[in-house]
Amino acid sequence: MPQIIKADGIQDDIWTLLSAAPAEGESLNLPEGPVIVPVAVWQAERETLKARGDVGVWLESHEEPEALADDVTTLPLIAVNFPKFTDGRGYSIGRLLRERFGFSGELRAIGDVLLDQLQFMRRCGFDAYALRSDKDIQQAEYCLNFFSMAYQADVHQKVPLFRRRNAS
Amino acid sequence: MYVYDEYDRQILQERVAQFRHQTARALTGELSEEEFLPLRLQNGLYVQRLAPMLRICIPYGMLNATQLRRLARVTRDYDKGFAHFTTRQNVQLNWPNLEDVPDILAELAEVEMHANQTSGNCIRNTTTDQYAGVHADELIDPRPYCEVIRQWSTYHPEFAFLPRKFKIAVNAAANTDRAAIQVHDIGLQIVRDAAGQLGFRVHAGGGLGRTPMVGPVIREFLPELDLLTYLEAIVRVYNRYGRRDNKYKARIKILVKALTPEGFAERVEAEWNHIKDSPSRLTPEAIEQVKVFFTEPAYAALEDNPAALVQARSDDKAFNNWVTRNTEPHKKPGYRIVTLTLKKTGVPPGDITDRQLEQVADLCERFSFGEVRATHNQNLVLADVRQDELYALWQAIKPLGFATPNLNTLTDIICCPGGDYCALANAKSIPVAEAIQRKFDNLDYLYDLGDIELNISGCMNACGHHHVGNIGVLGVDKKGEEFYQVSLGGSSQHDAEIGKILGPSFAQEQMPEVIEKIINVYVEQRTDEESFLDTFRRVGMNPFKERVYATNH
Repeated sequence: MPQIIKADGIQDDIWTLLSAAPAEGESLNLPEGPVIVPVAVWQAERETLKARGDVGVWLESHEEPEALADDVTTLPLIAVNFPKFTDGRGYSIGRLLRERFGFSGELRAIGDVLLDQLQFMRRCGFDAYALRSDKDIQQAEYCLNFFSMAYQADVHQKVPLFRRRNAS
Repeated sequence: MYVYDEYDRQILQERVAQFRHQTARALTGELSEEEFLPLRLQNGLYVQRLAPMLRICIPYGMLNATQLRRLARVTRDYDKGFAHFTTRQNVQLNWPNLEDVPDILAELAEVEMHANQTSGNCIRNTTTDQYAGVHADELIDPRPYCEVIRQWSTYHPEFAFLPRKFKIAVNAAANTDRAAIQVHDIGLQIVRDAAGQLGFRVHAGGGLGRTPMVGPVIREFLPELDLLTYLEAIVRVYNRYGRRDNKYKARIKILVKALTPEGFAERVEAEWNHIKDSPSRLTPEAIEQVKVFFTEPAYAALEDNPAALVQARSDDKAFNNWVTRNTEPHKKPGYRIVTLTLKKTGVPPGDITDRQLEQVADLCERFSFGEVRATHNQNLVLADVRQDELYALWQAIKPLGFATPNLNTLTDIICCPGGDYCALANAKSIPVAEAIQRKFDNLDYLYDLGDIELNISGCMNACGHHHVGNIGVLGVDKKGEEFYQVSLGGSSQHDAEIGKILGPSFAQEQMPEVIEKIINVYVEQRTDEESFLDTFRRVGMNPFKERVYATNH
């Protein structure tokens, strides 16, 4: 079973990713168990999928998190795809889902997820990371904690350093 | 200048450790070349034509004597003994070894220096007026705001992988713009509104490169405390909607143009409305705690034009020329702002040796409270020199090569490293600059010509700012041969304008003669008070074109 990096360590990943919506004319065939579907599938079958309770949604980097604004309380998991690790749109998507829309379920980074970007992802609200399979998952914890502090506010530290410096 | 506290030091040390870890993994192949690329770029490291190039950050151009000596040491120990000041107030080493870079960064960190975000698709060094804090024509010192932006932009978690590089510049002078803010991704002009409240006029979407544009105003007045949340809104809109399919259309200027400035501004305002009252909003205390680092040094109570200076100027014409050209009025009586020019003919513009860096360190300690500034015109500035010490300073710098009295003249050329060093260049730029400097070696003639900005870039990336030179020169490649395209009428000032192309390009050896013909047209056509740019704007391109392309009979 593939593994996933979470806040409390490396775990077996129980979720299956449906990488594409069915082609036109084909019917949706969901695998057994928890599944992450493309946002288009979610939007087409929202009521049915919602009733299942074990369906998450994934967004491509150009897709708008606004599309899920009404679903944040029902969805157990949202994944954001990084098609290339240099595509930084996912960081904004993460922050918006957490800070603007109040999503509190699992926020998962998928796709071209590498070690050196993990801490940025975490600061933008991700709490699960599907590290690219050729990367050494044992180094994740080290890379998630390169920095012990930061200048800006983020999803976890809502008060920027300039306000905390002042307080001391 | 700004002094690190325990937070700044800790963050920088962790950054150095992180890059050491990344470099080690790159050397073993654990990180692929492609994966390492943005990591090393964001630590200043390019791989260039001859060797790696390390671009070291000088936040808004400020350096102290200790840092200069450390730069000298690093230049000597890890490189070939010279460094190069860039057009964005940074400094570059041309031959470091890849495996040495973590050690170089560790040595720099000891003196509160780094190479953070000097390259890559992230927010770069924020630049400003080299006369910040000392020029009379200034609303308020812009450097505290630059420092606030530096901290906000350093390792910003959301903006490390933007569509393209992102440059911010701040200007506080009312009548001049030495920071060229209108050709930056964001340009901030410090202003007061009708009620006297301090804030910023915000330009966005300016830039040079392949599609040069003057940045339109997207907000006439942004209150001071809203600076960071508004910047965050702009960069977030850009991060989400800037093009990523074509690197030549990925700068924010393309997005601003596509949405129109009004449409772009609307999106920014909508985003900003969500975050403007968040804890990221600045506080008066936060600004004050940075401002304490930019208070005035212990100026003496002095008078302008002391007798010794007046006497020396009348006795020594060369000294008088230098004072007239290379020094500027200071806001305090009895002081002048002095530019140490790095434009001696035969030396690539902006180049400096390790020994010279140490000499500048000594000079700034002796004459200018131990600080120096780098300028985007690739010179250095001693900002606080007593007028009664100008003669001693001039005598000290003459043998060192810093007294070439050509500031803001035709031979004070802005010039990128070009094809001699840079992997991106289409053509060499340094030999063109040198040939022009040799052609125009008569100082009296240069002074008569007055202020002329001549800028040379070796390729479309426009590091030499050729689009905004009054005379711009761009190196182009035509079937493997180097040619040079000339443009006229550019300006990076308040009246910012992109220069217009004169016509077909020229071979390298023609360039001094072409420039001479252009200058001759100006001299013939100008009225008493006109600068080159004034004359060009009045008479237009045709007289220049006719002269330069006239066939000899």
